[in-house]
Amino acid sequence: MNIHEYQAKEILRRVGVPIPPGRVAKTADEAAAIAREYGGTVVVKAQVHAGGRGKAGGVKLAKSPDEAKAIASKILGMQIKGLTVHQVLVTTAADIASEAYVGIIVDRAVKKPVFMVSPAGGIDIEEVAATTPEKILKLPVDTRYGLMPFQATQLGFFLFDDVKKVRAASKIMQQLYTAFMQTGCSLAEINPLVTTPNGDVVALDAKMVVDDNELERHAEIAALRDPTAEEPSEVEAREASLTFIKLDGDVGCCVNGAGLAMATMDLVKYYGGEPANFLDIGGSSNPEKVVNALRIITSDPQVKSILFNIFGGITRTDDVATGIVTATKQNPLKLPIVIRLTGTNEEIAVKILKENGFSAMTDMDEAVRRAVELAKGGKAA
Amino acid sequence: MSIFIDNDTTLVVQGITGRDGSFHAKQMMEYGTCVVAGVTPGKGGQKFENQVPIFNTVADAVRETGANTSVIYVPPMFAADAMMEAADAGIKLIVAITEGVPVLDMTKVYPFVKERGSRLIGPNCPGLITPGRSKVGIIPGRICTPGNIGVVSRSGTLTYEVVYQLTRAGLGQSTCVGIGGDPINGTNFIDCLAAFEKDPDTQAVAMMGEIGGTDEQDAARFVREKMKKPVVGFIAGQTAPPGRRMGHAGAIISGSSGTAAEKIGAFEAAGIGVAKRPRDFVDLLRERLA
Repeated sequence: MNIHEYQAKEILRRVGVPIPPGRVAKTADEAAAIAREYGGTVVVKAQVHAGGRGKAGGVKLAKSPDEAKAIASKILGMQIKGLTVHQVLVTTAADIASEAYVGIIVDRAVKKPVFMVSPAGGIDIEEVAATTPEKILKLPVDTRYGLMPFQATQLGFFLFDDVKKVRAASKIMQQLYTAFMQTGCSLAEINPLVTTPNGDVVALDAKMVVDDNELERHAEIAALRDPTAEEPSEVEAREASLTFIKLDGDVGCCVNGAGLAMATMDLVKYYGGEPANFLDIGGSSNPEKVVNALRIITSDPQVKSILFNIFGGITRTDDVATGIVTATKQNPLKLPIVIRLTGTNEEIAVKILKENGFSAMTDMDEAVRRAVELAKGGKAA
Repeated sequence: MSIFIDNDTTLVVQGITGRDGSFHAKQMMEYGTCVVAGVTPGKGGQKFENQVPIFNTVADAVRETGANTSVIYVPPMFAADAMMEAADAGIKLIVAITEGVPVLDMTKVYPFVKERGSRLIGPNCPGLITPGRSKVGIIPGRICTPGNIGVVSRSGTLTYEVVYQLTRAGLGQSTCVGIGGDPINGTNFIDCLAAFEKDPDTQAVAMMGEIGGTDEQDAARFVREKMKKPVVGFIAGQTAPPGRRMGHAGAIISGSSGTAAEKIGAFEAAGIGVAKRPRDFVDLLRERLA
């Protein structure tokens, strides 16, 4: 789960990371009021789950409350990488002497969180890694011991020479690590970590990605989710305990299991079609899930045919069949549907489907080919 | 022969009285797996299905029954502790079925289990089966048949699909292992490939990977440098968009790394037969066994 910059900053402030004051505004007037309260120059920053906000014109300096208002009214409602800006962060501007990068990411190859720091901050760290890897220090942390003081010192000395700044940076590393672990992050980033002309070390931007699997134990973090920042169909699917990702094609897919769901999308492409979505109904047998899945698939106006691919292991295929029948009784289908199911209780499932006017296939390739034909305007069987 | 499990497997089921644990414990017993114990804290002294003794701790279960393998069906927030408990009790093979284990928990479990010399398979995996002999996990027994193809996969139902097609085509399996779809798991492709290479009952390997990470690329290098037995591979997620988690926590393309094209390229460079569709495994394996 992504959280916004202002939310990540709030978490970091709580553990002691020095961050200039800032508050979030939903209207231009609110932005002006915050700027007036702070006085002086402020930065108005779009709050969306996308990188490259600065380049897109979503981050601007304002020298007065009036200017803050004008800028906020431009940024609010703006589209950045397809996402609408609903909120701006108004924060006091800092004088910058130097910029560094500090991040922690769970590295699957070393199976540990790895600190990455670089004195070349403020820019895309992947680019630094590709062009000047010597400017990055990577340091894996054994989470059983945590970040040890000597490691924090190593990281600090990689960024600065001045001992006072090194100490300040090392303290921030410890604080960032604490926040990373407490929040259950898969990524936490301060970019840039700046020094001011007075020699202070301050975090100007923050990003955190929380491991979805941690949300069960962190209700306060789960509550930070911003549903307006996501595709509505994906929000609906999550609330129905389905894994759904919208794509651009026209064959709506409903599959059990993530691997089979991906393989089904790939097979749609193999036979010349384009999948409209990734949808995994999961392992449990629950007709209600199928009803929700069908509603979400059919609410996409691009979908021209619907494909079910169910391999019954834990999933009982008769439950899926019951779900299809229930859903289509509630909302008669306007689109052609191809149902492939095999495995647990297959005979019962086929009987249920036949009694209700559906036919079922057992071969995955045939079913996918048929669904692709139908999406292209082929006649229903 | 087979890999990891066989007739000597004696199993303890952690979470045996839970909904999933009890259902699959019964299925494993029906399949013929030697289930010697169950663990549910607070239910020690009771019996499961009037025959399998339940213990409060894995240590008790091991001391009383000599179990050498454990399978974990406990809820995600407690699964990491269950894996470490099993390793600490001396269990040699730990199979974690649980989906949704926080990845930071796994950063503690992985070194803990390694240091105790145990093998962990999973989490978020369907487990493994040596057809006709033993099953640990949730792979449906009736889709498998004994034979000489080793199967290893990051997926659940996709594995069933391929195994089902192999079985229908008369290609039986030595052992099928699901290593799981999480970013940090206990056993990777190379561990399984090395075991299949040594196993006299395995003559060829079918490998199902997916987008995300570098496990398949590392496996391809291993096949090229260390393996004599033929390998056929498939990568799921050729149509997956970058930056999105495709159901499995580990199935995500980060930046430009972990794409299907990159993995398929690594397979081709290593001489691994590339199945473009799940059904292609049948012909590609037959060619290589001829």
